Amino acid sequence: MSASSPSSEPILRVEHLTMRFGGLIAVNDLSFDVARGQITALIGPNGAGKTTVFNCITGFYKPTAGRMALFSGGVQTDHAVETVTNSPRSYRRTAKGAVFLLERLADSEIAARAKVARTFQNIRLFTGMTVLENLIVAQHNWLNRASGYSLLGIIGAPSFRKAEAQAVDLAVAWLDRIGLTGRADDPAGALPYGDQRRLEIARAMCTGPVLLCLDEPAAGLNPRESAELNELLLSIRDGNGTSILLIEHDMSVVMEISDHIVVLEYGTKISDGTPDHIRNDPKVIAAYLGVEDEEVGETEAELEK
Amino acid sequence: MDYFLQQLINGLTLGSVYGLIAIGYTMVYGIIGMINFAHGDVFMLSVFIALIIFLLISSLVGGLAIAVALILVLIFAMALTALWSWAIERIAYRPLRGSFRLAPLISAIGMSIFLINFVQLVQGPRNKSLPPILDGGFVIPVGDGNITLAYKQILIIVTTAVLLAAFWFVVQKTPLGRAQRACEQDRKMAALLGIDVDRTISLTFVMGAALAAVAGVLFMVQYGVVSFSDGFVPGIKAFTAAVLGGIGSLPGAVIGGLLIGLIEVFWSAYFSIDYKDVAAFSILAITLIFMPSGLLGKPDVEKV
Repeated sequence: MSASSPSSEPILRVEHLTMRFGGLIAVNDLSFDVARGQITALIGPNGAGKTTVFNCITGFYKPTAGRMALFSGGVQTDHAVETVTNSPRSYRRTAKGAVFLLERLADSEIAARAKVARTFQNIRLFTGMTVLENLIVAQHNWLNRASGYSLLGIIGAPSFRKAEAQAVDLAVAWLDRIGLTGRADDPAGALPYGDQRRLEIARAMCTGPVLLCLDEPAAGLNPRESAELNELLLSIRDGNGTSILLIEHDMSVVMEISDHIVVLEYGTKISDGTPDHIRNDPKVIAAYLGVEDEEVGETEAELEK
Repeated sequence: MDYFLQQLINGLTLGSVYGLIAIGYTMVYGIIGMINFAHGDVFMLSVFIALIIFLLISSLVGGLAIAVALILVLIFAMALTALWSWAIERIAYRPLRGSFRLAPLISAIGMSIFLINFVQLVQGPRNKSLPPILDGGFVIPVGDGNITLAYKQILIIVTTAVLLAAFWFVVQKTPLGRAQRACEQDRKMAALLGIDVDRTISLTFVMGAALAAVAGVLFMVQYGVVSFSDGFVPGIKAFTAAVLGGIGSLPGAVIGGLLIGLIEVFWSAYFSIDYKDVAAFSILAITLIFMPSGLLGKPDVEKV
């Protein structure tokens, strides 16, 4: 397996991740790194297990085996990771931040403490709430604490109003960024599809994540919307410094913005590297074009000509 | 005219109590899709708690102004009933979450039976009564007659209105309320945004029980008598109110409660007191035939 990863320092290290559903092995001994401050793409044919990997990372599934260590703050020593693995705890604070073992955290803790946010293939906005409320509810954790667990609100304390105003400010800033300022008070379900996609990303960002996981963010977008999405994701990487892990079929998105690509087929990693490396990897080409295993050698040979 | 107005006031008073209990049903249904059949008995329990605290306060500190005593009773009854409801959710419902749909429902029926028997055992099977509190009222001449607006009725209607406003504020404008509405729509997604779903559900039970306790205190003031079996009928009426208003909808629960109260009172006043419950439930049946999701309920759209 080629490890020509351009990354320097990982934010998420997935090791030997295996997910079995009864007799079906959806993800088989998968290891890869998500680099800090970069965009990592997870690609592969349909049914390769990409979404299962996401579901493991974000706590939807408890993996059958494997370790998923998230490094908050800065680079962490292997020693810190081993210490927390051997302890019964799910995380450990260190001098440079913290190590979280995602497989040991409940889903709300992964969002609230490890600061991993995600979006879905099929959009899951709170359609009955307004666009603005969708962005405010994402800030629930600090807002709930800052506003005195809602109790101060009933007596109209100034600190409550200040916290609420701060949450609204952040929400409005994101609405500006995704160009939905004019629709702040509309129900989220009334937005056009492309806007809902962007709103979902903005909502995930309002949780203040260190790692943003996007499941097919470009699905169903037209070329213009795809281009806007690329811009948004690059600005999240560069402006917010948030690391991004995305699943995507749209190669114009993947090849253009990814710093690093991991290719899955039948739950196993078949390639891992820069877009250029992936583009020229015969195994990847074979997987996508559906060449039989024995023909891979031939394809490789042909490509080398 | 005076007779009609008098009945209107009586109906609104009764309806307020139903509305307060109905909110507990509707909120719990909204957030976990379960009918909390023990809620009526939580209400009954709160009346006993209120009664005991009222007697304690009046025997320990005699001569306390009635308003102060009632406020203290209200606070303690809300807190203790909320604690009970929190424990019930924790013991009887939370372990069954993720089980099949009917499991918590059956557990709730079990809890209801437990509460009835528990109160019967520790408080005895006979009616408990209080000397009348807060007697008297305003007599307002209307046309050629008078209507009486009892202080109790003013207390009930005003308390209900104030608490509903506070409650509405919590649900619409605070992080807790937003979290509740988010959990209502998509619990899993709410968890992924860092919302502690279990805690939010617990707080929903706590809020519902606190409002039931308010209803309990008002019930105590109004009737001054309670027995262990008094949770059932108001519970069923409040549940009817929640369904009539559209289960899951907060304003619906209040409107449903007021309607049931008014129907009951007017039917008793103009027709026959024997069939007042039949009238209330018939209206429910007729409404549901034409508006299956209740007056303000949203139709249940199948998620695809």
